Amino acid sequence: MNRELPLTQNIRIDQPPFDCREYERAGGYEAVKNCVGKMEPQAVTQLIKDANLRGRGGAGFNTGLKWSFVPMGPDVARPKYLVANADEMEPGTFKDRLLMEGDPHLFIEGMILSAYAIQAEVGFIFLRWGYQLAELRMHKAIREAYDGGYLGKNINGSGFNFDLHMHVSAGRYMCGEETGLLNALEGRRANPRAKPPFPQVSGLFGKPTIVQNVETLCNVPGIVRNGVEWYKKLSLSADGGTKLFGVSGKVKRPGLWELPMGTPVREILESYAGGMRDGLKFRGLLPGGASTAFLTDQHLDVKMDFDSVGKAGSRMGTGTMIVLDDKTSVVGMMHNMMAFFAQESCGWCTPCRDGLPWVAKILDAMKDGQGQPGDIERLQLQCKNMGPGLTFCALAPGAADPLLSAIKYFREDFERAIPAGKPAAVAAGAA
Amino acid sequence: MLKAEEIREIEHELPLFPQKKAACIEALKIVQKHRGWVSDEAIQDIAQFLDMSAEELDSVATFYNMIYRQPVGRHVIHVCDSVSCWIMGYDQLKDALMKKLGVKYGETTKDGRFTLLPICCLGTCDRAPAMFIGEDLHRDLKPEQLDGILEKYS
Repeated sequence: MNRELPLTQNIRIDQPPFDCREYERAGGYEAVKNCVGKMEPQAVTQLIKDANLRGRGGAGFNTGLKWSFVPMGPDVARPKYLVANADEMEPGTFKDRLLMEGDPHLFIEGMILSAYAIQAEVGFIFLRWGYQLAELRMHKAIREAYDGGYLGKNINGSGFNFDLHMHVSAGRYMCGEETGLLNALEGRRANPRAKPPFPQVSGLFGKPTIVQNVETLCNVPGIVRNGVEWYKKLSLSADGGTKLFGVSGKVKRPGLWELPMGTPVREILESYAGGMRDGLKFRGLLPGGASTAFLTDQHLDVKMDFDSVGKAGSRMGTGTMIVLDDKTSVVGMMHNMMAFFAQESCGWCTPCRDGLPWVAKILDAMKDGQGQPGDIERLQLQCKNMGPGLTFCALAPGAADPLLSAIKYFREDFERAIPAGKPAAVAAGAA
Repeated sequence: MLKAEEIREIEHELPLFPQKKAACIEALKIVQKHRGWVSDEAIQDIAQFLDMSAEELDSVATFYNMIYRQPVGRHVIHVCDSVSCWIMGYDQLKDALMKKLGVKYGETTKDGRFTLLPICCLGTCDRAPAMFIGEDLHRDLKPEQLDGILEKYS
């Protein structure tokens, strides 16, 4: 059976992406022609909502529902903004790169349709540093889309205007956080903002703003073109569509594949990534980047969709898995990740700014077998203090998730990192 | 003093934004492109040009990985130290680089050729470990390949 691959069907490995003409010949921009000025904007939002397109940046929020919070009508604050989050700095994540390098016009078409739905007149692509090829190809595609009349004034003769700009980030993990990204676009430090107000109402420069991940936006043209039923049938679960799944770590064939939403973990790991390298055993995996909790042997039949992975105690996140093998130290891996999160904390709130360096320091000693009695409990306490609701943004809770799960599933590794018979640490000066 | 060319490029960015200072990250990038790094004096000049305080601009400049507030070598090496690269042999790669270049992170070789810095995930995790030299991405790296790679950069 030929599976449909709406996200990657135009991508030819090691060849330049489709230009505007080639993209049109493949059916591209048809959705813009049939939608912009012809459908009610709210009807587009309803379509995306009914399709159950959930945010591919990791949070999995219903995209159409998010759009429905944007104030509509002639009297609302303007300009309204649509911002594509192309920051892709979540460790272990490498999916949006493929979409931007491989089919830039699909991404632009997704932005035009989404902007039309919320009646945004200005769009920004917030691109991470270091994606030079994506930058080059996006710039070229944006120029072509202007020349083709798909961007700019009076698109499709509809009276709808949409200008698209690109900002290349000066680089910081926090820019991937929705409100941090908006601060970065405004020329500030990428600290998170308190919510409410939510960006849908008061976002970039205080105006209504929708921020969506690249992959989410790339799903939109297919839905507008082929409808809700088609989109739902692509999936093996309740979440609509296909998903880019990736695997990194010591597997035989690390890589990235477009598969039905809900494809089981085992199938991705074994059929696509080829299983573990010879001589190595599987111990666990982070299903969607460094901010997601471990899945282990017992979870291999879990379907990769937002709800199923959630029920298994983790999050699907970005859907790009990081695999842990039996020869790699889980304590060392946690040290690497917590040092990363400690470094990338913006310092805005205390549990994150002070908690993460403490956690990283404890793990630094543990990875060398120099843990202290009570360290495991100290790590758990710090994770509790960084939990959801205690911080401004999801950075610290996202750091706590994998660490808590590592302690839960691989506790013996952490216990081995504390030398037996070692006395509890004494306060400085007590001797 | 900002050069005429720098001013022209910064002014080109201004119409995108409702506030002048919103262009400050672009302005920092532009000045760095021309000079290699952003000095205290440049911070003062850019801040004045964008109607913001030097302190506010410096708080932005020091926040971002790719704005250099110290001089760097002719080629900046950014080694990915995130988790997938770590699993695939980052430690050995980093140790080999430091030994070959005789510098630690944040330092520049005496001949001014290379500056060595760590960087978080480069988004090429299926081909780890990875590093940037200037704008060139090197992937699937092994320590024994380093000599051949480094000699291409004079």
